[in-house]
Amino acid sequence: MNPTPIVETRHLKMYFPVGRTLSGKPRRLLKAVDDVSFSIRPGETFGLVGESGCGKTTVGRSIVRLYEPTDGQVLFDGQDITHMNEKQQAPFRRRMQMIFQDPYASLNPRMTVSSIIAEPLRKSGMSDAQQQARVRELIDLVGLKPDHMQRYPHEFSGGQRQRVGIARALASGPEFIVCDEPISALDVSIQAQVINTLESLQEKFSLSYLFVSHDLSMVRHISHHVGVMYLGCMVESAPVDELYRHTLHPYTQALMSAVPIPDPDLAAASTRIHLSGDVPTPIDPPNGCRFRARCPYATERCAQERPALREAAPGHFVACHAVSG
Amino acid sequence: MRLLDIDNLRTTFDIHVGHVQAVRGVNFHVDERETVGIVGESGCGKSVSMLSVLHLLPDYARITADKMVFDGTDLTRLTPRMFRKISGDQIGMIFQDPMTSLNPLFTVGHQLTEPLRIHKKMSKEQAHATVLEKLRLVEIPDPESRMKQYPHELSGGMRQRVMIAMAIMCNPRLIIADEPTTALDVTIQAQILDLLSGLQKKLGTAVILITHDLGVIAGMCSRVMVMYGGVVVEEGTVREIFYQPRHPYTWGLLRSIPQKNGERKKLVPIPGSPPDLIAPPPGCPFVARCPYAMNICNSAMPDMHTLSDTHCARCYLLDEGAPRVTWEGSRE
Repeated sequence: MNPTPIVETRHLKMYFPVGRTLSGKPRRLLKAVDDVSFSIRPGETFGLVGESGCGKTTVGRSIVRLYEPTDGQVLFDGQDITHMNEKQQAPFRRRMQMIFQDPYASLNPRMTVSSIIAEPLRKSGMSDAQQQARVRELIDLVGLKPDHMQRYPHEFSGGQRQRVGIARALASGPEFIVCDEPISALDVSIQAQVINTLESLQEKFSLSYLFVSHDLSMVRHISHHVGVMYLGCMVESAPVDELYRHTLHPYTQALMSAVPIPDPDLAAASTRIHLSGDVPTPIDPPNGCRFRARCPYATERCAQERPALREAAPGHFVACHAVSG
Repeated sequence: MRLLDIDNLRTTFDIHVGHVQAVRGVNFHVDERETVGIVGESGCGKSVSMLSVLHLLPDYARITADKMVFDGTDLTRLTPRMFRKISGDQIGMIFQDPMTSLNPLFTVGHQLTEPLRIHKKMSKEQAHATVLEKLRLVEIPDPESRMKQYPHELSGGMRQRVMIAMAIMCNPRLIIADEPTTALDVTIQAQILDLLSGLQKKLGTAVILITHDLGVIAGMCSRVMVMYGGVVVEEGTVREIFYQPRHPYTWGLLRSIPQKNGERKKLVPIPGSPPDLIAPPPGCPFVARCPYAMNICNSAMPDMHTLSDTHCARCYLLDEGAPRVTWEGSRE
């Protein structure tokens, strides 16, 4: 029996208008997310990887309703939250939170750390004293010190700021957190600190994460399930070990082979799959398979028919005409 | 042959809050045709030490060195004009962010040809032909039309290729690449790294690669310097650094990245954060974050211990009589 997924997207689409004609119609559409479906089980981490512009951040933002999806559904704990109004959304807002990439831009420089963390609690009906107690508890949870509470964000290093961001996300007691590239702005030695904090919090509160990142080795480390996106589409998704051991999609294979290996002998022995060219623009993207222009196996069929995501092995989904099974 | 040889490089920034000692006595050398990696966290002095060599720092930076020799020429004795001649001709520099290093108001072609026309006194046609040749060398498709484009019309990978073309314009002996792929996606990063190592073989230049990515180091470099808090803490061949590291900071770096085989061992972060270089600790810069710190580590900077012809590390654990601490990942 599969438990109800904590978060599920069904055919999620997010288009942004680019330029407008005189009559106010969009000239062209930037299809940031184009028909993406996946689900996240409670207590698990879903890693979403892909290159810049592939739509992974947009997926995360659409789920927490920072964007209004163009089409498709977002289900939270089995309930469709896609078209809820503010009031209906309110109880769900508390249950899902977000950690942002840039720990410099996502904290208000004029607020003290304690008021930043307490902000999500203001509508909770807690008394000031209760809020302060909760802030102290959160500060401790993320590994900051009580005397940090009255300081301002600029007094902290990048890693500490990211901890403040995590504490703020935890304040309302969420079940699900979108981590949007939470470590990419940090130094290697600090990245591990933040990752370990996220892991121990997950264990403690059985949190579910959507971990958006371009760092494939970190995603492998933290995720239970991984989805790979290319130009607005999910091209492959599978449990983490299955995906990394039996990579099926040509794009995922190229992506994995491009990751530099931190071991001189292994690096010398590895072969890289070369992808020529750049990612095309998501404004009026190519028909058929979006990867075909850079794909070594592209055929006539790939130009005409967009490959659907289908199950090639148990739990392993891939969208490619060239993959048999 | 030694191409660049530097002894006791010190760079201090005099700013209103005090003197930031960004580089505190760095020795290094680069031989011809080799690739040396410099790795370390932000603020460890890896970029500043290279910018100091090239005199690319603002006026409030004070740079001193006991020795600064490039290809037999003592750089400390040169007039600024002569220095520019040497550095512009023989040392190429590639920066992290190609968007901010290209002028958005001029076409790519204009930016590439102008220096040739001014410094090399080339005619318009000559300069144009040279630029075209270099753009082909960095594998830019359709270089003729690319030259008419502005930087914003190019993708990140293409812009970095333009930067590389600019760096090799005068056939330099040395290329300094400062985080050349940090702003790029992995597949584009792979393209640029391949291009760099290909060019190095073709042109026979030496490369100094500054990065924080141990993966890039492992794949590209023959020698590595690990910097921390303004000093070099360990230096060796790439195999010595990855397989027999001797400094606790190098251990910390290697432990804080996920396992290569996908085994989900808990990451071991380095606790705390780097030292403040306005008032650096009198002893080892890493002492506050080092799990093996001893009393002596607080009092004076440890000496460089020579471990082999190529390998040295700056740590009191290497003294005779110090407690024996070994790294679990060591292998031949």
